[in-house]
Amino acid sequence: MMPVIFVTDALIFLLVFMVVVYVFYARQHEHLRAPWHNVSSRPLAMSAAIILAIYIVVGLLDSLHFHPKLEVTKSSDTIYSTEVSSVLDLVLGDLHQNTERTYSAPLASYAFAKEMIDLPDGKQTRTYPRLKYGGAHLDEPATDSAADITKNIFIGCVFGLVISSILLGLITFILSKAHKTSFRRVLKQIYKNDFHVAWTAMIITMSLTIIVLTIVYNLAQYYHVFGTDKVGQDVLYQAIKSIRTGLVIGTLTTLVMLPFAIMMGLMAGYFRGWIDDVIQYLYTTLNSIPGVLLIAASILLLQVYIGNHADDFNSIEERADLRLLFLCIILGITSWTGLCRLLRAETLKLREIDYVQAAQAFGVSNLSIMLRHLLPNVMHIVMISIVIDFSGLVLAEAVLSYINIGVDPSMNSWGNMINGARLEMAREPIVWWSLAAAFVFMFVLVLAANLFSDAVRDAFDPRLRH
Amino acid sequence: MISYILRRIAYAFPILVGVNIITFILFFVVNTPDDMARMQLGMKRVSETAITKWKEERGYDKPILWNSSSESLEKITDTIFFQNSVKLFVFDFGRSDSGRDIGHDISQRMWPSLAITVPSLLLGLLAYISFGLTLAFFRGSYVDVSGVILCVVMMSISGLFYIIGGQYLIGKFLHLVPISGYDTGFNAIKFTILPILVGLIGGIGASTRWYRTIFLEEMGKDYVRTAKAKGLSEARVLYQHVLMNGLIPILTGVVVVLPSLFMGSLIVESFFAIPGLGSYTIDAISRQDFAIVRSMVFLGSVLYIIGLILTDISYTLVDPRVRLN
Amino acid sequence: MTKHIKIINPHILDYSAISKLFLCLLLLCTGCDNSPWNNPYPNQDSAKNIYYDSFSERPKHLDPVSSYSSNEYVFLGQIYEPPLQYHFLKRPYELIPLTAIELPKPELFDKKGQLLEEDANLGTIDRVKYKISIKPDILYQPHPAFAKNASGKYLYHDLNTQKLSNIHALSDFDTVGTRKLLAKDYVYQIKRMAHPRVHSPISGLMAKYILGLNDFAEELSKIEKDNPGTSFIDLNDYELPGARVIDDTTFEITLSQKYPQFLYWLSMSFFAPMPWEADYFYSQAGMTEKNITLDWYPVGTGPFMLSENNPNLRMVLERNPNFRGEAFPSEGESGDQASGLLDDASKKMPFIDKAIYSLEKESIPAWNKFLQGYYDTSGIVSDSFDQAVQFNLQGNAELTDEMQEKGIRLLTAVTTSTSYMGFNMADEVIGGDSERARLLRRAISITVDYEEYISIFANGRGKPAQGPIPPGIFGNVQGEAGINPYVYQWQGDRPVRHSIEHAKELLAQAGYPEGRDNTNGKQLVLNLDSPAAGPGSKASFDWMRKQFAKLGINLVIRATDYNRFQEKMRKGTAQIFQWGWNADYPDPENFFFLLYGPNAKINHNGENAANYKNAEFDELFNQMKSMSNGPERQAVIDKMVEVVRKDAPWLWGFHPVGFSLHHQWYKNAKPNLMANNTLKYKRIEPRLRTESRSLWNQPIWWPIALLIFLALILLLPAIISYRRKETESIL
Repeated sequence: MMPVIFVTDALIFLLVFMVVVYVFYARQHEHLRAPWHNVSSRPLAMSAAIILAIYIVVGLLDSLHFHPKLEVTKSSDTIYSTEVSSVLDLVLGDLHQNTERTYSAPLASYAFAKEMIDLPDGKQTRTYPRLKYGGAHLDEPATDSAADITKNIFIGCVFGLVISSILLGLITFILSKAHKTSFRRVLKQIYKNDFHVAWTAMIITMSLTIIVLTIVYNLAQYYHVFGTDKVGQDVLYQAIKSIRTGLVIGTLTTLVMLPFAIMMGLMAGYFRGWIDDVIQYLYTTLNSIPGVLLIAASILLLQVYIGNHADDFNSIEERADLRLLFLCIILGITSWTGLCRLLRAETLKLREIDYVQAAQAFGVSNLSIMLRHLLPNVMHIVMISIVIDFSGLVLAEAVLSYINIGVDPSMNSWGNMINGARLEMAREPIVWWSLAAAFVFMFVLVLAANLFSDAVRDAFDPRLRH
Repeated sequence: MISYILRRIAYAFPILVGVNIITFILFFVVNTPDDMARMQLGMKRVSETAITKWKEERGYDKPILWNSSSESLEKITDTIFFQNSVKLFVFDFGRSDSGRDIGHDISQRMWPSLAITVPSLLLGLLAYISFGLTLAFFRGSYVDVSGVILCVVMMSISGLFYIIGGQYLIGKFLHLVPISGYDTGFNAIKFTILPILVGLIGGIGASTRWYRTIFLEEMGKDYVRTAKAKGLSEARVLYQHVLMNGLIPILTGVVVVLPSLFMGSLIVESFFAIPGLGSYTIDAISRQDFAIVRSMVFLGSVLYIIGLILTDISYTLVDPRVRLN
Repeated sequence: MTKHIKIINPHILDYSAISKLFLCLLLLCTGCDNSPWNNPYPNQDSAKNIYYDSFSERPKHLDPVSSYSSNEYVFLGQIYEPPLQYHFLKRPYELIPLTAIELPKPELFDKKGQLLEEDANLGTIDRVKYKISIKPDILYQPHPAFAKNASGKYLYHDLNTQKLSNIHALSDFDTVGTRKLLAKDYVYQIKRMAHPRVHSPISGLMAKYILGLNDFAEELSKIEKDNPGTSFIDLNDYELPGARVIDDTTFEITLSQKYPQFLYWLSMSFFAPMPWEADYFYSQAGMTEKNITLDWYPVGTGPFMLSENNPNLRMVLERNPNFRGEAFPSEGESGDQASGLLDDASKKMPFIDKAIYSLEKESIPAWNKFLQGYYDTSGIVSDSFDQAVQFNLQGNAELTDEMQEKGIRLLTAVTTSTSYMGFNMADEVIGGDSERARLLRRAISITVDYEEYISIFANGRGKPAQGPIPPGIFGNVQGEAGINPYVYQWQGDRPVRHSIEHAKELLAQAGYPEGRDNTNGKQLVLNLDSPAAGPGSKASFDWMRKQFAKLGINLVIRATDYNRFQEKMRKGTAQIFQWGWNADYPDPENFFFLLYGPNAKINHNGENAANYKNAEFDELFNQMKSMSNGPERQAVIDKMVEVVRKDAPWLWGFHPVGFSLHHQWYKNAKPNLMANNTLKYKRIEPRLRTESRSLWNQPIWWPIALLIFLALILLLPAIISYRRKETESIL
């Protein structure tokens, strides 16, 4: 394996690093610890956090890219494929390779449409052919598949229950150590929902998701759980691979725009005068251009760049990645103005407060006033805007893909799935599974993000409720 | 007040110049005039001379920003940028690259857009406010809790699903309204029902939740408690005081979007084949008609700035304590 | 107590009020009659003799001299009448006179002006003359450009901005007039090809053939430069040696070389008549500002005229009251009699009064409206195919039961077009004349399984191509003799693709065993450039990558916008690309010229996108071009096909088969891929249509009622508990 690091990968890990640093920082500061403590006591928010965590793990696994090794040839030196895989692909195993010829319904053993088939006796007939992978282990799928699916769901269920009980034991054990009480007592407390931290809700959510995951995993060994698309690719695989795209757009966009928004907002509010005027001018101007037009023009711009430097991009993934990054940047440019304006207003208020005035009187440099006195006091606004923007950005990706100015068409994304599925809705019988898969995956993520961001917002700033 | 408005209008000028420069640069980095000519002339058998001719006719043969071959002032004025942008300030949009008069097109296509956006806004306000008020009225009960959860759920669904679903359900399955299209006069009504409905449902989640918090905040204020203490019924308090006071932030929030109603909605219009300004813009992007894109960006910016000014004015009207200076 | 209820009641009513409002709105727009609610057209139109269709892209040009795309021909073909047309029913396609009295015969002359025999040696031919006589007494459609006052002066030929102040569309002019079609109108149009203001896509091509067209163009642009500000040049004042008026009904076109395909061009709207009055009328000051231009409002002699031009919404063609009336053809192909296509024989055309084309950008709504009976015909997009068509046991397409119940009819025809994948022959890896590259191309040709492509992406609506020439065009050979031996072998009764092992072998011979370059061991990476970006493109990209992966080749898709793609093609920096060609006319020359060396994209900016160049092929091409159809021509064509099959500059791809559906009330439907003026043959039975529409579109109400009911049920307990609470607080 030869690791490859795309730009977005690097940025994602930078983001992870920043989150870790923030966690350590927040633990030591009461004014940050308290609201997070508040968040952790909300059952709905913590359930949402569990779901988000699962998405994030998948996204991170999908961000570890490498060139797989090709089979050994006569020559001694190893050769790597020019294609790019990720650790997630290893986890998902054969899901990617198991492609059928064309459409097949979820959990089907036969193809979706009739085809001409050569019979052994040389004649031809028109019928629903067996799938290459879906239900391939069955002899008589027509009669056996329902029982087989039920059996697999049951096995998955049992496995899920086993894993969740082990997890429950583990958590109880750790909690009993931490609270210095008996194992039984903790178990009882969890049952009665008697912790400040919403452990009970978290454990229930975790168990449910684990059971769902094991069932899906178990079924995916033998079937296409979400069916296959027009060229026979597993829809489940596409939906899972799309997670990274959604997360990248939702987080990197904010990451990219944060430095500008914070710097500009603070400067405008702190210095006032002509600096304020210039910055206000800048964001009013940017704001007044319809966002879609700005994005469309920029995406075209990128295509020109890639077109002119075609040789620098050896793989389809690299091109797609650059486009994704660019989309994040341009979405960032169109969305930083809101945060900037909020920060400016807050800074205008803050700079009149005694200790800032005092620091100015003592001749503390402007930069350090901004960094040490102003920045920490506006961080809650930044925090809130990050979590609120996330779900909006994930949804925006789908709309942009619809007008062909979203991510690269070769990239797995929910927007691309929806866009492709639009036409499938007209089929009779209707091909609903691509749309359904994109809907489910996206809906769960956005719902979780919305619930979590509500809690964060309430905890950090009850006044900013709207 | 009038001097304030005049000053704001003067302030809008540099912003519009900035907008113009940005769109101009973005577009011309991407599209050389040659590209535009090819796009307009079609794809089969296009000769170089035809392209040169096309550029000459539309003035795209000049330098983009700086004409070094001209005399003093003409160095700036005899350029694509100057020739194409200055006229916008007197709302002379000129002719599109395909040869149509843009101002004429805009004045025609504005109406279908308004036919969708204005009812959407009004009906939306009516529906969202009554939903928000209902939830606030039954605060804490199962109606409120399930309503809020429903709102979050609806917020988490991509707008595309509402459009696809609505078209499938109402248009194809229930046969109640035409699936897409538009007509003039009163015949247009049946075409607008579905897009308006889809727009309404798409906005329910976020707006209802927002309005609910506004009403709740209002209900927590002292005067409400006083009114109740006086023995007024809850419903009466809600209608007479909470609704009226809650409307202030809602309506001032609406003012900023009023002018941009002209621009229409990009996605809805192209899905439902409504010949408004939204689909006009999308078409122009895909056909790379620079003249239209530039005009629409300019118009959008102007309307946005008007919205900002209107918001400020509405604040003073609502709250006499606010002084504009 | 009662007081509270009063207050609460209006609150509940909010919801029912909204639903009532909704009901009222619906009632308002549908009226009170029985007709369907989802009818997108005014109900009073239902019984009228109107044809309904859709268009997906707005026409860019409606000036016949610049228009060159099928979505514009849909309208232009009905309005403008060139001298010739294709026979509606006969196959193979046959040219017949339209406004001409008879098909013109070429007269060949040598340098001295001596008349030559028809089969004269190419080298001796200096001039080719076509003398065309048109029918007398053909009238133009009513149009203000022809309007005259009592004293015979043109009414609207001295317009200015002031006079135009109340004019917003062409229909705002009060008076219209007409006049007889004259031979000089045809000559006028040919001269317009050289007009500096008008862009004609074929002016470059025609300048090669029509005598003196180039010089004429230069003369005109000089005149334009000398008179800046003049918007109108009266082309009648200037002589073009290649096109001359002989008398009122006769004109003569002179070509500088033999060009048998020229007759086909005479059936296209480039050669439609243009009255100078119209040109002058539209060029007056202030007209363009009102969007009243020749490019927007056509003036023709055809059976229909454009009465409403709003490409954002709809285009309406209406019967031209001045149309002379043409008889429906009384003879056709065998079988036409049986299928009822000759029922209207010799009756006076056109049959319909009005044709309304509505804009439909999205395919799904268009399809659904067709099913609801609001469009009379429809194509079938790939995704609605299974709903409409199924293949029977014999593998023939037939309609599904659902469609048959509705009485929908299906028509199929192999199109005279080809959809191919080209290799850029100027590329270092994939192109060039080396054996290594040729084997690589041939290996890929075998691997990319177009049979599968057709079945997945076109639902089987295509014929895998064996060479550049589609079926139905002279030169195409069917059956075993016609297969491409480099890709196919004949098995039983059909061609079968060579095995993938064979392709791998070729690849190894080319020096890429297992897809790896034997000089450095690296995996072979090839690039496919594509301007496609629609919803369906991801699937086809994935499929294409899968094909190349069979050989171990990594295919990189370089998706770009259309302009960038075009630029790459012009510069020759693309490697592999997908393209198609739609025949201008039914002649093999129109396909072979796509591979003719001097037509290369690079340097020549021609239509040879693969930049293929082969001396033998080029020579044969020149020979084939001027031959008339027959065994000799076939022999030359066979040689040419063999050359290109061996070199494999294209993956020959497939010839799409056009499937179209129409409702039972739509008569005289027969696919004709060459003719553009087919609307006049069509007949509609409006009564049947009205009945079907109301049968198919019964509104369904219960889900909405159910929804309102559910909402009320949900709210009721809350209201009851509230009332209890209120009562308690009073107590």
